[in-house]
Amino acid sequence: MAEAIAKTREARAKIRDAGGREVAMLKVQGLKRYFDVSAPWLNRVIERQPKQILRAVDGIDFEIGQGETFGLVGESGCGKSTVARLIVGLYGPTDGSIELEGRDIAGLSRQQMAPMRRRLQMIFQDPYASLNPRWRVRDIIAEPIRAFGLAQGQAAIDAKVGDLLETVKLTARDGEKFPHEFSGGQRQRISIARALASEPEFLVCDEPTSALDVSVQAQILNLMKDLQRAFGLTYLFISHNLAVVYHISDRVGVMYLGKLVEVAPAKTLFATPRHPYTRLLLDTIPDLDMTGRERMPVAGEVPNPINPPSGCTFHPRCPFANDRCRAEIPQPRPLGDGAIVSCHGIEEGRIPDGPTLQAPARPEGLV
Amino acid sequence: MPLLEVENLVVEFPTRRGTLTAVNDISLHIDEGEVLGVVGESGAGKSMTGAAIIGLLEPPGRVASGRILLEGERLDNLPYEKMRRIRGKRIGAIFQDPLTSLNPLYSVGYQLVETIQTHTDMTPTQARARAIELLTEVGIPAPERRVDQYPHQFSGGMRQRVVIALALCVNPRLIIADEPTTALDVSIQAQIIALLKRLCRDHGTAVMLVTHDMGVIAETADRVAVMYAGRIAEIGPVREVIKNAKHPYTHGLMGSIPSIGHDNERLEQIPGAMPRLTDIPVGCAFNPRCPHAFDKCRTVRPDLLPVEDSWTACWLYDGEAGRTIEASKTLVAATKADALLERNHG
Repeated sequence: MAEAIAKTREARAKIRDAGGREVAMLKVQGLKRYFDVSAPWLNRVIERQPKQILRAVDGIDFEIGQGETFGLVGESGCGKSTVARLIVGLYGPTDGSIELEGRDIAGLSRQQMAPMRRRLQMIFQDPYASLNPRWRVRDIIAEPIRAFGLAQGQAAIDAKVGDLLETVKLTARDGEKFPHEFSGGQRQRISIARALASEPEFLVCDEPTSALDVSVQAQILNLMKDLQRAFGLTYLFISHNLAVVYHISDRVGVMYLGKLVEVAPAKTLFATPRHPYTRLLLDTIPDLDMTGRERMPVAGEVPNPINPPSGCTFHPRCPFANDRCRAEIPQPRPLGDGAIVSCHGIEEGRIPDGPTLQAPARPEGLV
Repeated sequence: MPLLEVENLVVEFPTRRGTLTAVNDISLHIDEGEVLGVVGESGAGKSMTGAAIIGLLEPPGRVASGRILLEGERLDNLPYEKMRRIRGKRIGAIFQDPLTSLNPLYSVGYQLVETIQTHTDMTPTQARARAIELLTEVGIPAPERRVDQYPHQFSGGMRQRVVIALALCVNPRLIIADEPTTALDVSIQAQIIALLKRLCRDHGTAVMLVTHDMGVIAETADRVAVMYAGRIAEIGPVREVIKNAKHPYTHGLMGSIPSIGHDNERLEQIPGAMPRLTDIPVGCAFNPRCPHAFDKCRTVRPDLLPVEDSWTACWLYDGEAGRTIEASKTLVAATKADALLERNHG
């Protein structure tokens, strides 16, 4: 494996553009993905319903530097998994650009995309569904090696598969087994080995530890950090678990109803959350230190994304919303310390500072 | 007298390849109005314990030995029909997935009224009024209108509120809540925990809260039992177990939880995985993964011993083994320091 490590390290030398500036590993601009969720044509005509469009991802911008881990958090239905699928090309974007090391991959054809796929791999949430139960582990891991012609001859492929299995702390002999012979954590290791098989530079991890027990989650998170250091990998790490995201990320983006409401370095985001949604989200984390503080749970629930609220989509749940929030969509604005926040209240300075919010009057009937 | 007493409970599953013991000789009690958390990883037997208490073990699973007593009355040997009377009336249940615990073909009101009328002699009008009152209590807006709606018209969080209303409808003495917040989003999870806490405080209902989430336990429980491979590894006041864990497994479990504000480059990790039920090791089930295991751990199964304010099943705390509590604590501390050094230099 040492050889492969040296090789990838070399390839990982910072890429610069003509002006000598560093090019981000991944740059996403104005990315949108809409889904048509209308009833069938005949029903629409008879029942006189309009077309219904679900704005799963509605114009987001972010950048991920080389070797960086970018965490994406949000509740179910906020569009974070759609972002992952857009980036690896499982969905085509409705609008916007996705640049991988300065090259737009959003509009590429299948053929043009093929060589890019080697550099971009994905780890899925469910290690039970993402491995073919009828294939031996060695064939699962060898598939990308064969597909991209990364090793010639059975002996070379076998050697590479063995190396990969050892990289993820399994043994070369495990290659002979079938996925059902492994526990959830071991299967996730196999998924990681498969993702690494094509010697990628960028891994999209969609809730990679959500299906695992905590002690196994710790093993996988540690492994992912080790691999990042060894291979200089860049991660897009998607999770609904704020503590996991804090642990693994360098920078974090918070998504709400298809939009990024706040992007900041992980430490800044968790120490001084700005956007009311981020603050309320942080307030919901169970308190393991048992300080006994009274927390203010987020009132209400995520609205239906087919028919999102006007203006700032968070306004019905936001204790600071005013008329402007109900009418005008806030634009992302950079603050001094690297944070980018989309909020009228922050811009106007009418939201008090502080890590958590002191409970203001909250609507009746919501606990 | 405690509200619920479980004595030496054993739950078995006879299979073609031999009998599997999912819960192996556990004893615990729950006092009036107390919240007992039961925490463990998948396969630890925590849900099986809950299912055995409420009499809902899926055949061929069965209570092989031991006793379950509710207010002094034995539950484990009751005939089906008698147990059905107790279930819902004296013991309520909340399950993980609110969509599967509600019948999609009946309105929420019908299901509430049915449960209320099964266990009380209220008239239909009174039962309906009580149903609306319950929906109000669990924080469902516009209950007069919502009572006639069907489960699919409710969101996940609202459905779980309905399930809580169903569990509470005839004021049971005990609620078994099996992963009540696992299927919900974090912001909704916080709402449901707050609701459950408030309702139990108001009604004096005891709760057995089964979950894999230590955070939920820390927020909610008075005492906690940590389960591993069908046994209780440690049981005690929640603060004691979380802040001053005795059993090496609890230690490892706490260290493996990432938390905000704690900047560890690496998480503490327990090597390996929980054994399958088919090959639980001899002696202490945790011994192959335990950094402090010695000969006795590999041969003799430890029972719960009182250590400070909690009870733990670990030979490290057994005086006869030639180790005092202080010595074993130093041992644990020393290994932690080693791990820390390794982390910083490795």
